[in-house]
Amino acid sequence: MRNLEEMASKASDKKAALGPDIDLASYQSSPVPHDYIEDLTSLSEVDKQRMIISGVDAQERERCGTFVQKDTTVIHSCSKQEGIEIIPIRKALEECDWIHEYYWNLVAVDADKYTSKAELDLHNGYVIRALPGSKTIYPVQACLYIDKDGLSQNVHNIIIAEEGSELHIITGCATSPHAKRGLHVGISEFYVKKNAKLSFTMIHNWAEEMAVRPRSVGRVEEGGLFLNNYICMRPVKSLQMYPTTHLVGKGATARFYSLLVGSPGSEMDVGGRVFLKAEETKAEIVSRAITNSGNIIARGDLIGEVNGVKAHLECRGLIINGGSIHAIPELTGKADGVEMSHEAAVGKIAQDEILYLMSRGLSEDEATSTIVRGFLSVDIPGLPPQLKAEIDRAVEASDKDVL
Amino acid sequence: MLLIEDLKVELAGNEILKHIDLEIRQGETHILFGPNGSGKTSLLMTIMGYPQYKVTQGKIIFKGEDITHLPVNERAGMGIGMSYQRPPTIHGVKTHQMVRICAGKEKEVDVEGLAGQVNFTDFLGRDINDGFSGGEIKRSELLQLMAQDPAILLFDEPESGVDLENMSLIGTTIGKLLQRDFNIDPVRSQKERKKERTRMGLIITHTGFILDYITADKGQLLFKGEMTCASNPREIFRCISEVGYEECVKCAI
Repeated sequence: MRNLEEMASKASDKKAALGPDIDLASYQSSPVPHDYIEDLTSLSEVDKQRMIISGVDAQERERCGTFVQKDTTVIHSCSKQEGIEIIPIRKALEECDWIHEYYWNLVAVDADKYTSKAELDLHNGYVIRALPGSKTIYPVQACLYIDKDGLSQNVHNIIIAEEGSELHIITGCATSPHAKRGLHVGISEFYVKKNAKLSFTMIHNWAEEMAVRPRSVGRVEEGGLFLNNYICMRPVKSLQMYPTTHLVGKGATARFYSLLVGSPGSEMDVGGRVFLKAEETKAEIVSRAITNSGNIIARGDLIGEVNGVKAHLECRGLIINGGSIHAIPELTGKADGVEMSHEAAVGKIAQDEILYLMSRGLSEDEATSTIVRGFLSVDIPGLPPQLKAEIDRAVEASDKDVL
Repeated sequence: MLLIEDLKVELAGNEILKHIDLEIRQGETHILFGPNGSGKTSLLMTIMGYPQYKVTQGKIIFKGEDITHLPVNERAGMGIGMSYQRPPTIHGVKTHQMVRICAGKEKEVDVEGLAGQVNFTDFLGRDINDGFSGGEIKRSELLQLMAQDPAILLFDEPESGVDLENMSLIGTTIGKLLQRDFNIDPVRSQKERKKERTRMGLIITHTGFILDYITADKGQLLFKGEMTCASNPREIFRCISEVGYEECVKCAI
């Protein structure tokens, strides 16, 4: 039996491999109680608005379940569809034996001080599980909301798509207007079992003084598909994440898409790493980064371990108004017959594209915004229309801020 | 009406157009001939208003207004439209979106219908110009101009890279756009139809193929940055074909 607490304690001061170090002691993490809410529409208008921009709809229209955690407390958790389980993780740890097969099974509890913090000082988080063969038509929505200024919100999420299931999740993380400074530590473990399909779309809307340290690892079995979309277009002080996925079964596929906008004062270090460990596995990492005076590091790492795997990495960066984009695409082939490629490009908006649009009647500003929006509109095959709409909405909303 | 007077243009510090006089009256179409590097595309880009083409002398007057220093979009708004030879790809901007942009904010446009006319319906969902062949670029440009509906159309080598089958489609579409198609009209005589022509055109051609599809009022020969001849377009084309540019421009020297 692992002694998670002991392992975590030993790593409590361990700096992360990447990203600026954060002084955990400068944040509070004592529990912040909130009442449980049956009907999400009774949330304050301000909170509702903040959640909506992160894709979480209080009326739960076209959603098959909802989980909302405010600060340290779960204020709503319910599934509206048979075959879909949504359980706060603390409850799952107390009541469900099976959770221990998954909890800290992919992410190392002693990886760094943030994983340590999430074990030693766990607030809550969600377990979302699609039972074998169940298919969701509408996505499950989850929101991790920070209302209290100066809080370190420590959450752990486990997502399980059982054999043959299809599960779509949209998760929005946001701060309320008066939470300026804070830390979000989020552990996520994704289990995509045989022939299951999981799409996970995460939209972040943080504040200018927020530090964010997600730690996620996924595991995809034979014939499984894991589609991971990440959108962060609002200011954040420091964001560092490098989600990793292991493709362990024949024909497993992972696709990562990320859209990043670096505002003034923002430091983002975001990547994706996929290990292709079984035959006929496929991986694709696509990132679009725009900076408007922020600093962005866009990483991507593909490791092909067996013959015949296919992987592609695409990283495009646009510098609009100062700042920097550092693209670090990496490929490692460890066997004959791997097919791996990458393309990376960083630059400004091409003048000939602006003029082309102007010669069709658009003003210079309209032309620029059309190009920026186009740059951020990535076709994501397999994404349900509701989620595509949420991504489009996030892009649309950020448009004004970018320019 | 487009009037260009004593125009001098520099590109990156080099004088590329030395002395241009040109007048295209309402309803007229002119053909612009000239060897590679003579400044034909530069002239079109200058009329369109590309800022890297610096006008150092002379002026461009369109519809009675001096547009020499107007930005590109204002010229587009006044009714100047261009078909490019090598337009840029804009990732994430779909062809159907481009057609709507061309139509302007107020105008409703039947994108599918227009696309059908140039056999381009299958491309509407693709990023504009992304991986388009020579012929596809031309049809895309024509589709955009049809939606834009400008008063003067500038064509930069509409036949380059186009196969024979598409040439006929492109040629007849340009003819229609320039109101130079011939149809039997129960009400008006051909003479009246001609009189009612308002659209103007300026077409660059190397091969002269376009002359098989449209009539033109005048040919202009541009050589080393100067207009050296204005005459019947077919005559200029024959002259170039038979004796070459060098011989043809001797008239001007």
